[in-house]
Order: sequence, then structure tokens, then C-alpha cells
Amino acid sequence: MADITAAAPRRRARRLNLRLWLPLLWLGTVALAALFAPLVAPHDPLMQDLMLERLPPSFMAGSEPGYWLGTDSLGRDVLSRMIHGARIALFVSVIAAATTCLFGSALGLVAGFFGGWWDRVISRLVDIWMAFPPVLFAVLLVAVMGTGLTSVIAAIALIDWTRFARVIRAETMVQARMDYVDSARIGGARRLATLISEILPNVLPSIIALLMLEMGIAVIVEAILSFVNLSISSDDPTWGSMIAEGRNAIHFAWWVLLFPLIALFLTVLSFSTLGEGLKQRFDPVLQ
Amino acid sequence: MLLKTTLIRLLTTAVTLFGVAVVVFVLVRVAPGNPIAMMLPPGATEADIAALEALYGFDKSLPEQFVIWLGGVLQGDFGTSITLRRPVDELVLSRLPATLELSIMALVIAVALGTAIAVIGARRRGTATEVGLDLSSGAVLSVPDFLWGLVFVLLFGVLWPVLSISGRIDPQIEVDFTSNFYTFEGLLRGRLDVVQSTLSHMLMPALALALPLAAMIAQLLKQNLKEVLLQDYTTLARVRGFSETSVILREALRNALLPTLTLVGVQFTFLIGGTVIVERIFSYEGLGNMAIDAVINRDLPLIQGIVLLFAALFIVINLLVDLSYTLLNPRLRHG
Repeated sequence: MADITAAAPRRRARRLNLRLWLPLLWLGTVALAALFAPLVAPHDPLMQDLMLERLPPSFMAGSEPGYWLGTDSLGRDVLSRMIHGARIALFVSVIAAATTCLFGSALGLVAGFFGGWWDRVISRLVDIWMAFPPVLFAVLLVAVMGTGLTSVIAAIALIDWTRFARVIRAETMVQARMDYVDSARIGGARRLATLISEILPNVLPSIIALLMLEMGIAVIVEAILSFVNLSISSDDPTWGSMIAEGRNAIHFAWWVLLFPLIALFLTVLSFSTLGEGLKQRFDPVLQ
Repeated sequence: MLLKTTLIRLLTTAVTLFGVAVVVFVLVRVAPGNPIAMMLPPGATEADIAALEALYGFDKSLPEQFVIWLGGVLQGDFGTSITLRRPVDELVLSRLPATLELSIMALVIAVALGTAIAVIGARRRGTATEVGLDLSSGAVLSVPDFLWGLVFVLLFGVLWPVLSISGRIDPQIEVDFTSNFYTFEGLLRGRLDVVQSTLSHMLMPALALALPLAAMIAQLLKQNLKEVLLQDYTTLARVRGFSETSVILREALRNALLPTLTLVGVQFTFLIGGTVIVERIFSYEGLGNMAIDAVINRDLPLIQGIVLLFAALFIVINLLVDLSYTLLNPRLRHG
């Protein structure tokens, strides 16, 4: 018996670590690339050179030295555009996810804890919001607010707050029935103080997991909006606009689609794995 | 009691639908850019602009416009598309079949794939196969349909070009059908060339839409199967000499299915929402593709019509899921 209980947590801990470190390694690389983009990018991401158009990546015949991942239809370096694209991807994911999280979690906490009319109004809003197809809603909002990064971030927050509101509301309702909440109230704590100092710490693991998930989603939404040419100007390097270009030139230069796609894939996967890993690590019940 | 809960549910549905109509109307009306100015050639007179504004009802106050618009919608009149100059309901209904066929095909793939993986996982529980299936369905789940669509474009459009990556049907094929349900009507009329062409065009976008849902079904159904397989009646079936596979298929699957059904119902709306971007990737002539064009062209009446239709579809599906769950689960009938 002693052997089993001693061995089991150790094996789990090792798997958890891998699940934390692999995503962190990739996201760290992306973050460094984003921070030092002008230093690490081998070429100017905007420089067009029609003599160098549609060069294949360096492992293929016909490639040009110095253009490791090839060039697009306008002769722009794919690797440099990806490195600069990481800036926009990370910027949107951090700012949009944080805004969405603040907004949605606050509404979820209020609805779950105060109940009554608060809950009725917020829940009805969530119902109405959930009736819109998210991608169409995002496209529509950006069209209304005008293209640009601010609109993209606002659109993400305006659409995805429901994800936080729903989950946090449900968890808050569970927590609000716990004995420790009653003890705090008997101890003389005010309602709002109880919510912030007693309930918030207990729903925090879920908020962190959702925040990670939302960062991945924000990267995707930005890419989708760039793909339909509604994010920032199409000349600026974003993974989504590269993908749109690659999709159009698919029969001539598939690498323009492949490499940003891999970057998006790994980023989304990393955020969701990290979210799961962090949730397990911080959740006192699961430990 | 059942009647009362149903009535309350219907009432809240009506409130939600009204809220959706308000949101759509407000959003579209605050959009900048004058669509009327874009319709007229440069050099049009003030009087021309005023006449056209009156024609589309843009000269009235916003609440008035809302009442007129909602009144029309309730009678099935969604206005006229500004760019395509045809009634919105006609345009929307001509594209709806393409999107519905795609969504249904994706749903069928998701359920079949998800169930198969769940059964294999439950059959091989406790082995490396189960761990492998769990890990891969976890990864598949966290990657959205947008990326899967692009992956398939690369795989089957470039690397191994066996499927067409754009359109709904081979343009060489002549289709003189009464409806736009090419697959269904093709089957009824025995036009197998049409069916074959539409199915091969739909396969990749449908698979892209289906993968995340398939992974979700696989995870939940396997969990439920494993719980059911610990019950006494499955042990009894084993004692009676049934093999483990037939115990799963004959006894366990039926009882593990109910929670999965609810999940499928709710997730089906997300799948339909995903068609918007997936249709764009594959240049598939459905509603979603039309919606994005409408947004880019600022075609207000068309946007309103499409968004409203999608929303109504979502709300009705959710309502049906809720009601059928109440009917199927005796414990909730008096709740």
C-alpha cells in the first residue's frame, strides 16, 4: 500500500511538468521572437522584391540562401513576416483575453453571488449573446467599429465575455452555498468583501484556465479576421493575412500557408494545454 | 408540470428572439458608411439620394424603422439586398440548403467518428491504446475548425490532391433541380453524378467542422461507457457469455448515450456557427460565405436577414434539445 501511494503522485507530477514546460517553451520562443522582432528577423517583413517572388523554403531545390522558409508572391520573406506577425498575435491575445476575462468574470461573480435580478438580467443577456454565431458576430462587430487592432480586441471582448460569465457564475453559485461563506458573514464581513476575499480566490483556478483558453481563442479570432481582411491593413504581417495569401496562392507557394499555420497550431495547442496544466496545479480539490 | 416548464421555456425563447432582433438592428444601424451613397453613381443629386433613402425606409426615425422592419420580418419580409437587388428571404433561402447539408454531413461524421473512438477506447480501457486515444482527442479538441480546414486544404488540395478545395459542385455538371438541396434531391432523382460531386466537395469542410465535436463526443461517451461497464447488468451479460465488444455495443452503449445526446445538441449550434469561416476557406456557396460578403459590402438588409436566421436556428435547436432531454429523462419530468 505504502509503495503505491508513494509512487503514484511522483509519476503524475512528472507528466504535469511536461505538460507545463513544452507549451511554455513554445510560447516563450514566440514571445522572444515578438519582443526582439527587428533584431532576429533576417529581412524587412514589408520589403517586396519581385526578383525573389515565390522562393521555396531552403530544404527544397531552387531556394535562395538566407530565405529559410521561402518568400511569398510579392517576394517578402516568410520567416521575417512570421516573426513580426508574432507581435500582433501575442499583443492581441494578451490584451483581448485580459479584457474579456475582467469583464466576463466580474459579471459572472455578480450574477452568481447576488442572484435575483442581477442574475436574471445577466443570464438573459448571455442567452441572447449565445444565439449569435461567434465568427459572424465578430466580422459584423469589426465592420461596425471599423477595421484595426482596437476593434479586433473590442470585438473579442464583446463576444467572448459569455464564456467567463457562464462558467464563473456556476462556480460562484456553488461556492456561495459553502459554509465558509456563512462563517464570513456571521463574522461581520460585508457582501462585496465576502465576494472578493472569500469566493474569488476559490474560483481563481477556473478563471486562470479560462484565461489561457481565451488567449488561444483570441489568436485564432485575430487570424480569422485577418483572413477575411478585416483586421489591420493587409500589408502588415499577421499570421492570418499570411494564411489568406497562402490560401490564394496555394498551387504556387504552399509554404506561405504551411508555416504560419504550424505557428498558429502550436500556439493554440500550447495555450489550452497550459490552461489545463495550471488548473490542475492550482486546484486544491484536484491535488 | 411538464406543460408549465415547457410554456416557461417557450416564453423565455420568445424574449431571447426579441432581444436578438434588437441587438441585430442596433448593431447594423450604428455601422458607419452610407450604403445608399455606395449604390448611386458619382454625381447623383440630393433628390436622387433622398428618393432612394425613402425607398429603403432610411428617412424615418430609428424606432420607426425598427417597428417597420420587425413587422416585415414577422410576415416573412426581410427587405431587399442592396448589392444583389433581390429580396433577402429569397437569397437566404437559396443558400440555406447548402449550409444545412454541410452541417448535417459534419454532424453525421462527428457522431460516427466519436462513437467509434469511444467504443474502441472503452474496449481497450487501461491500455496504451486508451491513453493514446485520450491524448489525441484532447489535442484535436483544442484546435478549432478554422485550422483543421486549412490543414485539409494543404493535405488533400496540395500534398495529395484527391479532393476539390473550392466550390460546392463541379461546374461542368448541369443541375436543373427545383430545390438547392443538391445531395438530397440528387438522391431522390437518382442523379448520382450530382450526389457524388457535392459529397466530394463537402467532405473536407465537413471533416474540419466535425473533428472537434468528434473528439468531444469520444471523451464524454467513453467516460460514460466506462461507468456503465462497472454496473451489475453488464457483468451479468458477461457471465451469460457475451464478448466484451458485444457487451459494449448491445448493453452499455444505449445507456451511455443520453448525456452525449445533450452535448451533441448544444454543440451542433457551435458547429453551424463554424460553417461561416469554413465555407470561406473552401469557397463553398453557403450562407456563411454570403454573410461575410454582405459584411464586406455593407449590405445591411442582407446581414440582418442572415444573422437573424442563424440566431433563430440556434435558439430553436437549443429549445428542441432542452425539451427532448426533459422527455427522454424521466427524472427531470417533474422537476
